[in-house]
Amino acid sequence: MGEAMGESVTGGRLKEWRPGGRRRPGGAARRGAAVSARARVVASAAVLVPLVAVVAVLPLVAGDAATGTVDYDAVRLAPGTGHLMGTDDSGRDVLVRAALGARVSLVIAVACAVAATVLGTVVGAVSGAAGGVIDATVMRLVDGLNAVPHLLLGILIVALYRGSLVAVIASIALTHWTTVARIVRAEVLSLRSRPYIDAAISGGASRLMVLTRHLLPAVAPQAALAAVLLLPHAVWHETALSFLGLGLPPHLPSLGTMVADSRDDVLLGAWWTIAAPAGLLVAVTLAVAGLAGWWRDRLVPRRRSELAL
Amino acid sequence: MVAPRVRASKEKAGPREGRLRAAGRMALRRLAVAVPLLLAVSGVVFALGAASPFDPVYQYYGTRIFTAAEADVARTRAELGLDEPVWQQYGHWLNGVLGGDWGLSRSYGQPVSDVVAERLPWTLLLAGTGLALAVLIALTLGVASAWRQGGWIDRCTVTMAHTLEGLPTFLLGLGAIAVFAVAMPLLPAGGVSEATGTATVASTIRHLALPALVLAVAQLPWLILTVRQQLLVALSEDHVTAARSRGLPERTVVLRHGLPGALLPFVTTVGTRLPELVTGVVLVEEVFSWPGVAGAMVRAGLNVDFPLLVALTLLATGAVLVGNLCADIAVLLIDPRASANG
Repeated sequence: MGEAMGESVTGGRLKEWRPGGRRRPGGAARRGAAVSARARVVASAAVLVPLVAVVAVLPLVAGDAATGTVDYDAVRLAPGTGHLMGTDDSGRDVLVRAALGARVSLVIAVACAVAATVLGTVVGAVSGAAGGVIDATVMRLVDGLNAVPHLLLGILIVALYRGSLVAVIASIALTHWTTVARIVRAEVLSLRSRPYIDAAISGGASRLMVLTRHLLPAVAPQAALAAVLLLPHAVWHETALSFLGLGLPPHLPSLGTMVADSRDDVLLGAWWTIAAPAGLLVAVTLAVAGLAGWWRDRLVPRRRSELAL
Repeated sequence: MVAPRVRASKEKAGPREGRLRAAGRMALRRLAVAVPLLLAVSGVVFALGAASPFDPVYQYYGTRIFTAAEADVARTRAELGLDEPVWQQYGHWLNGVLGGDWGLSRSYGQPVSDVVAERLPWTLLLAGTGLALAVLIALTLGVASAWRQGGWIDRCTVTMAHTLEGLPTFLLGLGAIAVFAVAMPLLPAGGVSEATGTATVASTIRHLALPALVLAVAQLPWLILTVRQQLLVALSEDHVTAARSRGLPERTVVLRHGLPGALLPFVTTVGTRLPELVTGVVLVEEVFSWPGVAGAMVRAGLNVDFPLLVALTLLATGAVLVGNLCADIAVLLIDPRASANG
């Protein structure tokens, strides 16, 4: 400590000094964080890969005997050899149905994330590149949209355009593009002052050319990351809407619909009808979020805080 | 623009009064933004309604539309004002709203204002309790985990926060019912009062406990991580190092020198997380059959109850704006460095 006093008080080694009770940064705490980050990736991948396999393969293997067949001789069977996770109130196999539901939820989530990312990237890039009044207007719009709770806007859109898949996807995409727009705009703003952009402009490149050839490729990794980070939110939003009865049309079994349908089974003691869809839902969102977090740490290693981006 | 200037000591009451005035100006500026925003939201909602394939006449008639005479249907359309262009319908609605008439809710068969007045107190009770619980738990766990970064409390808390982030609110609610109402019948599974008796304070608290706790837990991850992160930042600042070097006890250093600096960003975060709180309230009210406005939003959505949908969307937006303003004013009043811009 004595030697630290010789240096400037604000910087240098004094800052790193901690009393005995506290862990030193860069010591065990940081190594522990690295280990737990790796554990998180391994766990996410270990969950996600078998999950995707199950979701993709199970309905094929099970054949049409189990997919949607109603069998009133086998209503609410407990988990056993014939039905690994039991059957629901119409005698359908819960696990196969949950796998189908997870497939539907994932496909919709990907569609939402792609739509929201494209919209957000275009708006953010144009806003950041244009600057001035356009930029200010767009950003006020984004602020305004963020003040409306997402789920309420989703309920409103789905209520007015009921029973269509497009309405659900649109309601999620239209409420989630603002995050992407903010990220892309910030990225574009910081790129705009780089010398190579100046070089392109002084070389006679048009605005459009600078945007499409220089700015958009440079923000592509950030936009892709934003899309992956959106995935769990999209799954979450879709299942929430479906749970409320405002989601997908009835012939598409979403995980949210299944959870809503089996609410009363819990009170009857048939826990398995809700266990399979709920477990799949949690596993999917956690695994996707885990992998997305790992990718973010690779792409933005010096994130200022755990909460940024 | 008007950072409250800290004046010399000869004007003793100066800074605080200046800040209050600045807070007032900020409220006015926000109001100037809020009015056009609410107009825009309601306008967009009307445009969405006009563009949708949903036809209110079909709802009005139900299956009788197939046997009703053309002339009757046409007359009903005219009476309901459906033949007017959308901006005229919007004008009528706006006129009514300015006069205190929010229209008639079809799904409840009551004026919209009655539905809201009846249900809003329940929602405020639930949301207020949930938010207070969330803030309390987040502050406790966040401080505990930042106190010894990398310790077992820290690792458990962070892991728990990341896990909770992946759990949908409605699953949390159903899980809580399964454990605390079905497996161990400690608390009621839904509603606000027993089917037989009248509502007393004790029974209301019993019914409130589970939904409020679920709502709080659903909001926790982000809040905990914010407290932890901001406290870690605050603890690495020079004045904290200076406090340590003076040999102050760790407790004083963390709670008196570190925490105040971490609280300001936390207040802002609570303000910006309000839309998520609204989302959580919708799901929790649905799961626990809570008789609040958020549950009414779901029913209005299922029945395409347009006047109620518009009113509740605007109400939620207004609540978020007011909440943000409160958070910013709080920061302005407690932090002498904050400027009153924006």
